[in-house]
Amino acid sequence: MERGQQGRNMDPGQSGPTGRGSMSDTQTDLRRTALHALHLELGARMVPFAGYDMPVQYKLGVMGEHLHCRAKAGLFDVSHMGQVILRGPDAALALERLVPVALVELAPGRQRYAMFTNDAGGILDDLMVANRGDHLLAVVNAACKAADLAHMRENLPELEITEVTDRALLALQGPRAEAALAAIVPGVADMRFMDVADHDWNGVTLWVSRSGYTGEDGFEISLPEAQAERFARALLAHPDVAPIGLGARDSLRLEAGLCLYGHDIDTVTTPVVAGLSWAIQKARRAGGARAGGFPGAARILAELEQGPPACRVGLRPEGRAPMREGTVIWDAAEGGRNLGGITSGGYGPSVEAPVAMGYVPNFAAEPGTRLWGELRGKRLPVTVCELPFHPTNYKR
Amino acid sequence: MKYTEEHEWLRVEGDVVVVGITEHAAEQLGDVVFVELPEIETMVVKGDEVCVIESVKAASDILAPIDGEIVEVNEALVDNPGLVNEDPQGDAWFFKMKLDDPGVLDDLMSEDEYKEFLG
Repeated sequence: MERGQQGRNMDPGQSGPTGRGSMSDTQTDLRRTALHALHLELGARMVPFAGYDMPVQYKLGVMGEHLHCRAKAGLFDVSHMGQVILRGPDAALALERLVPVALVELAPGRQRYAMFTNDAGGILDDLMVANRGDHLLAVVNAACKAADLAHMRENLPELEITEVTDRALLALQGPRAEAALAAIVPGVADMRFMDVADHDWNGVTLWVSRSGYTGEDGFEISLPEAQAERFARALLAHPDVAPIGLGARDSLRLEAGLCLYGHDIDTVTTPVVAGLSWAIQKARRAGGARAGGFPGAARILAELEQGPPACRVGLRPEGRAPMREGTVIWDAAEGGRNLGGITSGGYGPSVEAPVAMGYVPNFAAEPGTRLWGELRGKRLPVTVCELPFHPTNYKR
Repeated sequence: MKYTEEHEWLRVEGDVVVVGITEHAAEQLGDVVFVELPEIETMVVKGDEVCVIESVKAASDILAPIDGEIVEVNEALVDNPGLVNEDPQGDAWFFKMKLDDPGVLDDLMSEDEYKEFLG
């Protein structure tokens, strides 16, 4: 996903409340998801995002939508994301050539977080990989999907790689998501975090995963575009379900300490520096059954052994002023060293305070360390803290 | 009431002018979570960034609508930024400026002109 520098002038018509993702500033040639008409009917404010015309917020507003999702259940249209099927006799082993993640052990019906790395150990994109029995399903970021497809096709020529272009992708997130989805798709209540399974809804096959991007329990549901609006309406008919736009999607994932590609992680951050070492299983580490063998392995394995030079941390501004992406972090109120910067930041509606993530050298990464963020020429104190800001609520 | 293309309103009260943002602006910004006000007795020039407004997702500025001195600021907004959404054209005024020459307001839009500007 992409840069989203906020407009610094009072031009609210243009400065959409999203720090996320617009690929183009023009309103022309924007793609529409299967739910586009429904978004308009629901009163969404639409913005360009990764080449799509997407809802940034509905009538509840970013704050209301965020809090609704934490308290009840929120429905997100994430159809702009790429869904890619990989088929072949050893698809998992083949895909391991592009990610530092163990996929051979991934059981049918399970999903794992992964990232495509480059030769320098940086991250080309982050993704979910599901073992759906006779094939793998990868879900990739909208802004990266063309590059990801090209990358996979070039490097995995033995696999049949198909972009799924006729299915919408919805997410239902929040403590009431299970009840709301199970009311129309009873089988989903038995799924655990990161399970994937097919479920039937009125003769429509849903590809369901128990996962999401909010820190809450919830599901992502892929289904044919032709049935997507009817299915979305069925979920919205539940009294606990409200539609949620990209604005709250961003504040929810930030509070959950989850990375946004193009902001918190990119081609110069390694998974280790980004604090994603948990996603690199033993089998792919030094001494593991299938150690290395992915782009950038030398650097990534060395960082795993020796520790990274810097790391992604949570930062809590002490005052009320949000510190957003690009804010420079110093180790002193005056003079001192420029340690790094904030990669995602804003107001956390559940935390009821500003929250941010950024990179600092290891010596400054201990929770409780007091640093300074430079805001409009003034250095204001921030404290390094553990992530997430808001406790996650997964059904494990 | 007068209006600017930056979605500010100005209301004359004797020899001062009260400045805030319009309902349209507040609605577009969404939930305001932080307001930074100027120092009083600051001399500003039209177009200077005098206030910072942050909503959940975006930062915006209020620009000085005219030249002059800031004589009063609305400290209530610092403790309760949400007031900007609740009553943007009433209690949630941002600052007051000394109005030396009421003629400078002639260039600004009337309510009808602002409505037309919004389209």
